[in-house]
Amino acid sequence: MNGIDLVGPQFSVLATAGIVLLVDGLMPGHRRHLPFIALLGLAVSALWTLSWVSRDSFPQKDVFGGTLSLDEYAVFFYFLFAGIGATVVLASIDWVNREGRGQGEYYALLLTTCAGLMFLSAARDLITIFLALELSSIPQYILAGWGKDKRSSEAGLKYLLLGAIASAMLLYGMALLYGVTGTTMLSEISASLQANGEQYRALLVLAMVLLIAGFGFKMAVVPFQMWVPDVYQGAPTPVAAFLSVGSKAAAFAVVTRIFFEGLGADFLSDDWSMIFAIIAAVSMTLGNLMAVVQTDIKRMLGYSSVAQAGTFLIGLAAISVPGERFDLGGSGILLFTASYAFTNLGAFVAIIAISQKIGSDQIRDYAGMWKRSPLLTVGLAFLPGVPHRHPTNSGFWAKIYIFNAGVRADLLWLVVIGVLNSVVSGFYYLSVARQMFLGEAEDEKTISTSPSIAVALGAATLGVLVFGLIPMPLISAAESAVDALRTVS
Amino acid sequence: MTIGLEHFLTVSALVFCIGLAIALSKRNAIGVLMGVELMLNAVNLTLVAFSRFSISERPITGQTFAVFIITVAAAEAAVALALAVSVYRNRETVDVDQINLLRS
Repeated sequence: MNGIDLVGPQFSVLATAGIVLLVDGLMPGHRRHLPFIALLGLAVSALWTLSWVSRDSFPQKDVFGGTLSLDEYAVFFYFLFAGIGATVVLASIDWVNREGRGQGEYYALLLTTCAGLMFLSAARDLITIFLALELSSIPQYILAGWGKDKRSSEAGLKYLLLGAIASAMLLYGMALLYGVTGTTMLSEISASLQANGEQYRALLVLAMVLLIAGFGFKMAVVPFQMWVPDVYQGAPTPVAAFLSVGSKAAAFAVVTRIFFEGLGADFLSDDWSMIFAIIAAVSMTLGNLMAVVQTDIKRMLGYSSVAQAGTFLIGLAAISVPGERFDLGGSGILLFTASYAFTNLGAFVAIIAISQKIGSDQIRDYAGMWKRSPLLTVGLAFLPGVPHRHPTNSGFWAKIYIFNAGVRADLLWLVVIGVLNSVVSGFYYLSVARQMFLGEAEDEKTISTSPSIAVALGAATLGVLVFGLIPMPLISAAESAVDALRTVS
Repeated sequence: MTIGLEHFLTVSALVFCIGLAIALSKRNAIGVLMGVELMLNAVNLTLVAFSRFSISERPITGQTFAVFIITVAAAEAAVALALAVSVYRNRETVDVDQINLLRS
């Protein structure tokens, strides 16, 4: 692998973004083909990644002067982001056509974000991580404010202002880390800290807290979660779907890499493990308690995603020591990322379809939905609610891995909180399901589903079921990805 | 008295804290952005100072980082102002206390 081939997956996505803009500007008659061009670009990106895996020269861990690592770990996320991007494009078609303006720009921004997320999962250098983070964030700020209504521009501005503060804190943390170690490469940072980092412990802990604050915003964990419900409610629903899975997955990918590879030194790892454990407990509890009282379904999913981020963090808290715990926790994080992506995308796609027709996101307006659209009801009730309690589902395996890692890392108290929170989350999902199946509908009109929404929902459901029933391919992919991460450091 | 690394770091830490205080307390969205700019410039100062006093064989890294931050900050500010204009057109205000349609 050399030259353009090394950034092929990102390049094909970015080139497609340019093509989409050109077609939009020069051939207005072909605007309805734009989403399919975008899908084609994402497919090329996934195929390019697939062609890497079969080559002898794969993996390459030091490309572009060690700023990117093209290993199984990055490839796992490349596939995930291509899949997430494709599902969101499909789910956006109806909304974008109805909105009527800036179709080319919408898909171009979506694709740019995908490229940024891919860079983020491969980056091994602080500067590259920062650039990839902003490449994925800035288009997301614009997308969140894309809608015509007041709420959307408010969501966009809130997301941007808080995001800018968070990235400034992240940068200060990176600057301090650079100051202590004299380098921005994660591998060299790690070596430098092992050699003579202990004397700067106070400064390093400060840098670590700033890094956690900056990434905590992207991961949407307490106490950096305040934007989540507002932005999910105000942003266009397809964009909210993208935010909830895409940027969160990438944030976990890069945090795992930074903390395990860069800050894995013994005298630091106990500190960050403890910080992650505390944030995990608070996020799960607060997220679930707030989700119970919400009346808007998008806000409810927002708080639920805060709680889910807490579950991810159990995995992060457990990986502080290399070995079996790391393998379990790391694989758990990756499995949970994938299953979380399928389930949340499915739920959001169902919400997109329903709210387009009934014009409301209030949970009480979903009453009696079973009679109006059985397919969407099953999608919405089944996807986010059942997954984590049933062995026919990928999320179940992910939780087993994460909880197991937590127990082995002597974090039994955290695992107990995690299990209790699974029960609480069942409560609000079931109450939505009860409303939809048993509630009285005010309006008996059936809700028709457009083909693109049906395909997106079908893809998400298929993902949940296939990886639930046959989890081995996903588990082995996650394990080899984690292996790559461990051997690199 | 010679000016050493610690002087630069003290100034940049102060500027960072002032920026953070402004960003968290200002009611005007543009004011918040100015606070963020101060924070980012404090980061640049830190990086350049570390780079200047570094003993590493590649001291240029910190300055490169600062140039990237300046560039990205400009892009971010452009998007921020565009969103502020969009909010102002809808609401006739950019006061973050009055931008409060989204709540439970």
